[in-house]
Amino acid sequence: MTITTQKPLVRIEGLHKYFGPHHVLRGIDLTVNQGEVSVVIGPSGSGKSTMLRCVNLLETISAGRISVGDQLIGYREVNGRLHDLRVKEIAAQRREIGMVFQRFNLFPHKTALYNVMEAPVQVKGKNKAAAKKAALELLDRVGLADRANHYPAQLSGGQQQRVAIARALAMEPELMLFDEPTSALDPELVGDVLNVMKDLAKSGMTMIVVTHEIGFAREVGDRLTFMDGGVVVESGDPREIIANPQHARTKEFLSRVL
Amino acid sequence: MDHHQPGHAAPVLNDAVPVRHPGRWISAIIIVGVLALMVQSVITNHNFRWDVVGTYILDVKVVQGVGWTLLLTVASMVIAIVLAILLAVMRQSDNPVLRYTSWVWVWFFRGTPVYTQLVFWGLIAVLYPKISAGVPFGPELFSVDTSTVITALVAAILGLGLNESAYLAEIFRAGLKSVDKGQTEAAEALGMGKGKIMWRIILPQAMRIIVPPTGNETIGMLKTTSLVLAVPFTLDLTFATNALANRIYLPVPLLIVAAIWYLVITSLLMVGQHYIEAYYGKGVDTNLAPAVINPAAAKAAAAVAPSAEAEPSLKMDFPEDEAK
Repeated sequence: MTITTQKPLVRIEGLHKYFGPHHVLRGIDLTVNQGEVSVVIGPSGSGKSTMLRCVNLLETISAGRISVGDQLIGYREVNGRLHDLRVKEIAAQRREIGMVFQRFNLFPHKTALYNVMEAPVQVKGKNKAAAKKAALELLDRVGLADRANHYPAQLSGGQQQRVAIARALAMEPELMLFDEPTSALDPELVGDVLNVMKDLAKSGMTMIVVTHEIGFAREVGDRLTFMDGGVVVESGDPREIIANPQHARTKEFLSRVL
Repeated sequence: MDHHQPGHAAPVLNDAVPVRHPGRWISAIIIVGVLALMVQSVITNHNFRWDVVGTYILDVKVVQGVGWTLLLTVASMVIAIVLAILLAVMRQSDNPVLRYTSWVWVWFFRGTPVYTQLVFWGLIAVLYPKISAGVPFGPELFSVDTSTVITALVAAILGLGLNESAYLAEIFRAGLKSVDKGQTEAAEALGMGKGKIMWRIILPQAMRIIVPPTGNETIGMLKTTSLVLAVPFTLDLTFATNALANRIYLPVPLLIVAAIWYLVITSLLMVGQHYIEAYYGKGVDTNLAPAVINPAAAKAAAAVAPSAEAEPSLKMDFPEDEAK
């Protein structure tokens, strides 16, 4: 439970996504308030990762709208008509949104420190000394100050994922997206990553977390959304849904993962 | 849990008798024997004329030929690499015009013999006596004689470089494709632009895949330069040694002279390649710190020498800056 306001930061309205003939998102509506931790669960293939990837345009939006803050993601609306944004404008929108991937996707040819410094220096034009100082502080925050000069291949999965979180935070985003951040980790490494995410939630970061960690949803989540077959089946207070799911599909899913 | 508590006696290491390999010894003796016979025959056979090899190995014309061959190799490879990066990036572009242009370039320059291309570059001054710039179908701004711009050397370098660019483009394309898609996504999610993603994230990783076959192509190019007599360019190593051989009617020793020089240059190029591979393999091919492979061993090491572990993390240098 975190400090939240009633001011919506992310608005997903009527989101549809087709991959060729496959209709994977069938009208998703989701609002995330400022400072809220919104947890999304569901069986694999339910479209939860695709929805998350639409928010920073790693997937194009087939129908519907997503807005973050006052920005319409991916489009400019002129006289009621949508115009695609240019690559540079999309990149500018992405700078406000941090993303953490299931497979970490750290840059293997750069040390932990340089992974974290890369975007502030190259994208924001921050000077190297300041970026290094900030990066070391972030690495310290995720408990990896002593691993700054290690390459990703020299780090465990849990350490890599924490570097990846620090790398995303280095851009000082207003929203963080987590795409199954602990699914590729050995069980004993999951806790460290979840702890970093809990601290982040407490600090007031707005987060959308796609995960299978029901415990995290219950403990940290402000809202839990259960997706199946490309639609939102159920959405509400995490503790209520987990204790007392209203839909048969939610019940069945929770009984299998709990 | 931890069997390596500090203070405990070190374990007695297993002293097993290794498997014996008599076959290795027998094959080594046979090969060394055959090799010794061959070397002896080459040295004692007077038809090789080693005295002539000795006379001409450092001949001014030969050494100059080595220089020209090196120049041709390096210059044409530089042109080929620059074009290949461009062609490989164009091939991946969203812009269909660029994609198609890249495909046609590779199709043409890979599909015609390098010898034919070199002849055409040599004939360019005949085909187009003047190079001029101006408004298409309009007034001419300036004009020069082609033969003063496209000298035999320029024709040879262009011919070799453009031909090679087609092959290298495919090597670069394979390298770029080998980098995990997650790398692009991670960089995009950080808000990096296309150029920076290619130049700072994708290409450095692709280089690991690109360098070995490019080294291969460079060594191939070293010897392909002997075709520049098609231009005709007549100062390279093969032409120089052939000319000397024709003058003294002794082809064999001068072929040996050329072969020795080609081997020497190839060996040097291989050394260079080794260092380039090591540079682009950093973080991936470099030996991993014991901390990762065996946490228990690292802990034990830290207990023995606590300062050794702490020191590197305090020294935050900028390895990338040093490399530049």
